[in-house]
Amino acid sequence: MMTLVLNRLIISVPVLFGVLLLGFGLLILVPGDPAIVMAGPMATPEVVAAIRTEMGLDEPVLTQFFRYLGRMAEGDLGRSLISNKTVISELGAAIGPTTELMVACLIWSIPLGIALGTLAAVWRGSITDRAIMAFSVAGVSLPIFFICLMLIHFVGVQWRLLPFIGRGGPLWTMDGLRHIALPALSLGLIFIGPVARMTRSSVLEVLRLDHVRTARAKGLSEPRVILRHGLRNALIPVVTLVGLQAGYLLGGAVVTESIFSYPGIGRLAVGAILSSDFPLAQGAILILALAFILINLIVDVLYALLDPRVQTP
Amino acid sequence: MKMGEVDIEATTEPLLKVEDLAVDFHVSGTVQRALQGVSLNLKRGRTLGLVGESGCGKSVTSLSIMRLLPQPPGHYAGGRILLEGRDLLSLPEREMRALRGGRIGMIFQEPMTSLNPVYTCGEQIVESLLVHSGLSSKAAMDRAVELLDLVGLPSPRERAHDYPHQLSGGQRQRVMIALALANDPDLLIADEPTTALDVTIQAQILDLMTDLRERTGAAVLLVTHDLGVVAQTCDDVVVMYAGGVVERAPTNALFADPQHPYTIGLMAAVPRIDATVDRLSTIAGSVPPPWVTLVGCRFASRCPLADDRCRSAVPPLRENGPDHAVACWHAPIEEATI
Repeated sequence: MMTLVLNRLIISVPVLFGVLLLGFGLLILVPGDPAIVMAGPMATPEVVAAIRTEMGLDEPVLTQFFRYLGRMAEGDLGRSLISNKTVISELGAAIGPTTELMVACLIWSIPLGIALGTLAAVWRGSITDRAIMAFSVAGVSLPIFFICLMLIHFVGVQWRLLPFIGRGGPLWTMDGLRHIALPALSLGLIFIGPVARMTRSSVLEVLRLDHVRTARAKGLSEPRVILRHGLRNALIPVVTLVGLQAGYLLGGAVVTESIFSYPGIGRLAVGAILSSDFPLAQGAILILALAFILINLIVDVLYALLDPRVQTP
Repeated sequence: MKMGEVDIEATTEPLLKVEDLAVDFHVSGTVQRALQGVSLNLKRGRTLGLVGESGCGKSVTSLSIMRLLPQPPGHYAGGRILLEGRDLLSLPEREMRALRGGRIGMIFQEPMTSLNPVYTCGEQIVESLLVHSGLSSKAAMDRAVELLDLVGLPSPRERAHDYPHQLSGGQRQRVMIALALANDPDLLIADEPTTALDVTIQAQILDLMTDLRERTGAAVLLVTHDLGVVAQTCDDVVVMYAGGVVERAPTNALFADPQHPYTIGLMAAVPRIDATVDRLSTIAGSVPPPWVTLVGCRFASRCPLADDRCRSAVPPLRENGPDHAVACWHAPIEEATI
């Protein structure tokens, strides 16, 4: 198990390098001059030139890149051009809320998606199956911003059931829960569909296999056959899917956080990009990429835990 | 059974009695008959071979006894399956579950896929033990190790902690046998237990099964398409063709004097090591597909002896010698006539 984790960590290094390269590339590629942004609209060309020299922007790209890598290695992500706080502190303040949002989203959507998918598989072709699949298709095809807006419109404005702006406090407080409910609900809705669909097809496939017949021949009850010998084996591709969907989840978090004014990494990234705050945008993207790598590492470990063939050759 | 031995078992009631079993498959609006009038008897301590080519209904018969035929599309259309006089087809699912893996153990064809890849071999045997007996988990694990030892796996305690993919095909089939024997079944159904294995392993597994039958006194229903396996292990044989029984006899009698043209054809098709031939013998034609409604004898379309009566009336399974029954209008047949 440790070798597996280590292997995956080593594989992550080139990915991380690629992310850094892209993050740095942003600075070069996107329109807008960081020096002008930093100097403000009223600055004279001399001031801008001075800032540019100070930031090292007049040096060759390659030199800039290595300097950037060096700073990264020291954990120095620079300062926000707008707030002048360190990027690290800005990210540090946002990472907690985003983690909470992820947890609040996954904790209900994955179990529910798996449960719905299993039910649909067991009652294949029934009304229940069709209803669950229709719900999943809706979840997959409705754009997340639309789901967010509908939830705000009905649950927040019309029925006044839940707040829909900002964060109320830590997750374990009542206010925190009430504030996180709508973002977590909308983010989870896009997740449930793919999970339910994948679980359904995977369970159906596994239930046709020989070893399930063996399980029945042992005299096990049908629920036991389905849960222990069907679902347990069917979860392997579902976990893979969840890993792949992590990208959507993080992307969805950017939209959801912006719409609900939720102070997380996603909203920070959008704000930074809109205001050409390059260091902050780079930092946010770096964190999102790290999260993606981390989620995939967890998925790989889960995969090995679920399927003994992965770890024992 | 050797000459001069007193056959005590033969006088007792059969453990398993299948009477006139009919099974349909409902496939996209049509009804296809998979089994028609299948009858067989199996006594304690005996091995009954169920032979026939692919699609003749051997596996459907064995799955029916376990009541493991998927329903739908499967449907029991008639007949009875009696285990010591109790009709399994009318048993509530709860009681049937107690029999599966309890009094009836089953071994499947594919050892590679018949074990669950995500549990250790020990866990899979323990699961069966826990469901059927009141053993504690620890006692069940000890019993599982004992069973793995019984089926001849070296270092059974270590093997119990192995996952199926860590074992070879033959070893996995041994685990399957241990699993089927876990709760001391009275009846062991083996559906092509050696088909997926190479020849040397086949022989080992067959020896093991014969040995275990002698030790446990269980009755064995051996489903196979291999006449060699039948000759080696079975006391009695039932030959099936296109969903029905065409001949039923003690193994010696069947091999010495096959009566049904299909059986004769099968025997002729077995390659012999002591004869040189240019071409192997075959039975002309092919098995009628299940959607064809059969009129008359099911073998008529391929039978060299078929006449108008064969094509219009179904021949009943008639006694044609001691315990030797055959479903053919032309029986008894001299082998040389075909």
